[in-house]
Amino acid sequence: MTTNYIENHLRELENESIYVFREIAAQFERPAILFSGGKDSILLVHLARKAFYPAKIPFPLVHIDTGHNFAEVIEFRDNFAKEVGVSLIVGSVQKTIEEGKVVEETGHNASRNKLQTVTLLDTIEEYKFDAAIGGGRRDEEKARAKERFFSHRDEFGQWNPKNQRPELWNIYNGRKNMGEHFRVFPISNWTELDVWQYIFMEKIALPSIYFTHDREVFYRDGVLLAYAPYMTLKSNEKVEVKTVRCRTVGDVTCTGLTLSCAENLEDIIKEIAVARVTERGSRWDDKRSETAMEDRKVEGYF
Amino acid sequence: MTSFNEWENGYLSMDLLRFTTAGSVDDGKSTLIGRLLYDSKAIFEDQLSAIELSSMQRGEEEVNLALLTDGLKAEREQGITIDVAYRYFASPKRKFIIADTPGHTQYTRNMVTGASTADLALILVDARKGVIEQTVRHSYIASLLQIKHIVLIVNKMDLVAFSEEVYSSIITKYKEITKKLNISNFHSIPICAKKGDNVVTLSENMPWYRGKSLFSLLETVEVEKNKFEHFRFPVQYVIRPQSNEFHDFRGYAGQVAGGKLAVGEDVKILPSGLGTKVITIESFGTQLPYAKTQDSVVITLADDVDICRGDMIVSASNSPIVSQKIKCMICWFNERPLNKTTRYVLRHNTHEVKCKIQEVVYRMNINTLEKDYQNLAINMNDIAEISLKTSLSLYYDSYSKNRHTGSVVLIDETTNETVAAGMII
Repeated sequence: MTTNYIENHLRELENESIYVFREIAAQFERPAILFSGGKDSILLVHLARKAFYPAKIPFPLVHIDTGHNFAEVIEFRDNFAKEVGVSLIVGSVQKTIEEGKVVEETGHNASRNKLQTVTLLDTIEEYKFDAAIGGGRRDEEKARAKERFFSHRDEFGQWNPKNQRPELWNIYNGRKNMGEHFRVFPISNWTELDVWQYIFMEKIALPSIYFTHDREVFYRDGVLLAYAPYMTLKSNEKVEVKTVRCRTVGDVTCTGLTLSCAENLEDIIKEIAVARVTERGSRWDDKRSETAMEDRKVEGYF
Repeated sequence: MTSFNEWENGYLSMDLLRFTTAGSVDDGKSTLIGRLLYDSKAIFEDQLSAIELSSMQRGEEEVNLALLTDGLKAEREQGITIDVAYRYFASPKRKFIIADTPGHTQYTRNMVTGASTADLALILVDARKGVIEQTVRHSYIASLLQIKHIVLIVNKMDLVAFSEEVYSSIITKYKEITKKLNISNFHSIPICAKKGDNVVTLSENMPWYRGKSLFSLLETVEVEKNKFEHFRFPVQYVIRPQSNEFHDFRGYAGQVAGGKLAVGEDVKILPSGLGTKVITIESFGTQLPYAKTQDSVVITLADDVDICRGDMIVSASNSPIVSQKIKCMICWFNERPLNKTTRYVLRHNTHEVKCKIQEVVYRMNINTLEKDYQNLAINMNDIAEISLKTSLSLYYDSYSKNRHTGSVVLIDETTNETVAAGMII
């Protein structure tokens, strides 16, 4: 009856993620998928489609737009939402700044990455979302390694790593009081390589910036960053054109690029399989301090 | 490097092993995991340089591999692991998920949590100390949670001059414990995690050891998926697209919790008891001939029967036990002790009911393995046999027969916290 149904570790991960998506739909009233346009959130949407097919995904996508995104990603996002048939809500960091809720960082290392947290929590409150579904993976970073699938947040959106609910077997407890919400991470158990292998196996489309292209770039503390007019260069930094691609997709100001000629998924997987630096190793935002990720998570970051 | 096609065929046939680790504070568990990740090249340059820097700042001579897994700030300050952390690595044949759990007394609940999804448990002992009280406790929990493979790791062999006698006497002592716990079979490996002996490659320091390295054992041990043969399907979500294309579609979504189901088979719905036939089994529009344990699928049935989340579709020829009275072994997780006058919420698969605890039969002393019938107050980290009554019938199998349909959690209605894990007897 079917020939194209492969049984392997990826299928096991897929089964687990689909199960988590269905639990979300059953246990929460107003869930939303946090969508960045990056490969992990594209994978999330793909798994959500599988979980509810032939019905549509029963929740919207939420994108927290720093205003400093790669144009290719925004274009991909809009087309993608239309194609999947899911509504898209955009929370704007620019608007949060204009409303005077946060003050924009200045100087060389200015990034809107940290300000996203405020916009995210505001958006969750405005739309009364009770579950924000994220593409966080436990292999990404050491603080994420302890994250639950169903991660409880208090009414201030904060994570308490010392008082997490135990998660046993596949029984997830999404009960909460008014005003509290959950972050849910259906792809917790996937690694970077699993994600790429699965994208390859399932032939999932990605934004063009994941593949090789020429771009204006500069080096800062060993990390290759894309140049944009709103970035302030130091005197020793020089903009030049190089052949690069993104390994992760975030805000332009903090997404590190890698020199690469990978034109397709096959090339990327070969490259990742021999890569000796973690994905987040090229994320400028994690380099600010040794526990940068943990500090941001406690405050309510993704 | 092998060609892409070879490699692609390789990863398309990889499988998955989940294992848990238990050891006392100084048994070198974090170092062992660090070593597995390091020697199997799951550690990246930036992670390594980050811990090299940390080790240097702490004034340590060698790179401290334990720093790779001790994630949270608080742990760094105290030098201990305080919660379950998950780690990942892979060999060309297999992907591994480690649930890394701490070993000290107050954290029994973390080991129970880590063990609940594990196919294999690594139990560490220090070669100088041998089998201690905590070893008994870890082994008891592994047997309580019915972990298929138990591997006794005798670490720090370098500190006992790689002595075969020391190793053998530890194994002899451990056999006595496994007898008491009805553990029929276990593996054992002498290692030195710090220097890597017998972790990934066999050690030249212990030529008397004829077994596999730990890595090779992990890679080749049979991942025994559920042997339970009767079909169980807790309905998770009802799919009704109500679109023009799928106007009359009504599918039952869930993850198979036991046995196998083929298209055309007769099934029974619980609790109604109604019988019907399977029309299709599908996944994202792909029609599947059958579904087996752990598959997340959508099932459509011949008759338009009333089925909702919490119901269970089961084999027509074999039903689970249907009852409002159950007995189970529980591990208590919460600071607030068990209260017999409180009603708890009980979750079993996708089914949620209320329950009252009727009796605490005994409390297990997990250090001596004695049953205490006198002191029946149940506090955090206690393990006990209890009987309880539920507001609606549960449809279950005993945990020893099927993990998926024999496990429950209790939730405190006032705090919403998960307060206990239960294994139905």
